[in-house]
Amino acid sequence: MPTTTDPHAAAGDGTAAAVPAIRFENVEKRFGDNVVLKDLNFEVAKGDRVTLIGPSGSGKTTILRLVMTLESLSDGYIYIDGEPLTHELRDGKRVARSEKAQKQIRKRIGMVFQQFNLFPNMTVLENIIEAPVHVLGQSKAEATKRAMELLESVGLPGKANAHPLQLSGGQQQRVAIARALAMDPDILLLDEVTSALDPEIVGEVLGILRHIAETTDITMLIVTHEMQFARDVSNRVMMFDGGRVVEEATPDVMFTNPQHERTQAFLHAVLGSGDGHIGTH
Amino acid sequence: MESNFEALAEAWPRILDGLWITLQLTLGGALLAMVIAVVLGLGSRLHNIVLRGLCRAIMEFFRGTSLVVQLFFFFFVLPQLGLALPAMVCGILGLGLNYGAYAAEVVRGSINSVPTGQWEATTALSMSKSQQMIRVIFPQAWALMIPSLTNYLIHMLKGTAIVSFITLADLTYHTEQLREQTDTFFAYGVSLVIYFVIAYILTLIMNALEVRAKHRLGRGESLREALTPKTPETAAAEGGRKA
Repeated sequence: MPTTTDPHAAAGDGTAAAVPAIRFENVEKRFGDNVVLKDLNFEVAKGDRVTLIGPSGSGKTTILRLVMTLESLSDGYIYIDGEPLTHELRDGKRVARSEKAQKQIRKRIGMVFQQFNLFPNMTVLENIIEAPVHVLGQSKAEATKRAMELLESVGLPGKANAHPLQLSGGQQQRVAIARALAMDPDILLLDEVTSALDPEIVGEVLGILRHIAETTDITMLIVTHEMQFARDVSNRVMMFDGGRVVEEATPDVMFTNPQHERTQAFLHAVLGSGDGHIGTH
Repeated sequence: MESNFEALAEAWPRILDGLWITLQLTLGGALLAMVIAVVLGLGSRLHNIVLRGLCRAIMEFFRGTSLVVQLFFFFFVLPQLGLALPAMVCGILGLGLNYGAYAAEVVRGSINSVPTGQWEATTALSMSKSQQMIRVIFPQAWALMIPSLTNYLIHMLKGTAIVSFITLADLTYHTEQLREQTDTFFAYGVSLVIYFVIAYILTLIMNALEVRAKHRLGRGESLREALTPKTPETAAAEGGRKA
């Protein structure tokens, strides 16, 4: 049996260069004839907080869904910590990885959704401990203890036995954040987490996410329309249009001095009239 | 009229025997139908085309053939092939397969009606396929499928009347016997009332299951609350709370 050589391992230069948390390589995503992402290459370093901005339909959410394996890749590869997620190159061929292998990687990734997606057949506490107990194999006592700490940290200590549908949208989203964190993910995907919330509740959810960003080293990939939040939390912003990265910069540069015409137009439209800048508090 | 009731009193123990047969068939058939409905309903959602095709074929076959002919087949043909089953088993088998095939469509449809976001959340939490189904999707689909299942259960209760064709002395059979001593109107009237009462009890039970299932999803009152009679005071208090 010939040993297969992984071209990417070989390309490691032999140095201890940090392996990126997420790496897209020639990723293509089609829905029928509609090409959403084409030849997409980018990396997210460990601990990075990257915000994806761009008009709707630009493929931002699709990127998160591909990382979470909610959509299948049409072509190319996604690597998580250097490990191929859904497909790998074996003997020069692109082959799908086993469900078991995918699951091992998926466990390190968490996601918070626009519509919360809490399980209505479980209480708040049951929602949070479900996966830690049944997927990670934690004891119920251990998982419950951690869940209570998380509920405390998202400001809902009294809601453990409430039903999700008895909670307001903002509360539900905070439970969903706690549920994702209970899995101790290395990577957290935030998909327009405040878009379904009343404007006055947006702040409390963003405050919690800011706190998580400040107190953990979880890698975050964020899709949001909240530019101030993007500026506060992320250390890199990527502007998407037509399934491609138009511009990539630190938030300071992106929001005060965008280089690309498309970015300028987009930010102008999103941030309203005026000079198109947002303040630094 | 006098003689009608005398005849009924005399026939009552036999009618109760018949009722017992009818209930056994209904409950046995319902349990088997539920198992078959879940197996075929889940099977018809599989990726594997062979298994999926097989499940669909079984569903279509039992939906598309007459229940009476199926009963005759189990009772008269199988013995010729060396498999003689008691009439009760044939009855439960026929009812279970027939109504199970119908209910499979209900199970499949209800599972498909659970919002995709729920499936996506289970994937994001790395739950396995069986955990997804058992712990998250099915409990939600269950609340959706109960009303249709109630319909089929009532259908099945009434459908049991044809088992007298395969020698089972059920409620309908004993009603026929009763008719020989009473007015036709009276005998069939008694039978209608008994079927209606059982059907109504089954409906109440299923409604209670539905209230419970919905309450578990955080919708509607609990079964205890639903069963508590509402006095004007409690109703007013409730109205006050809502206002």
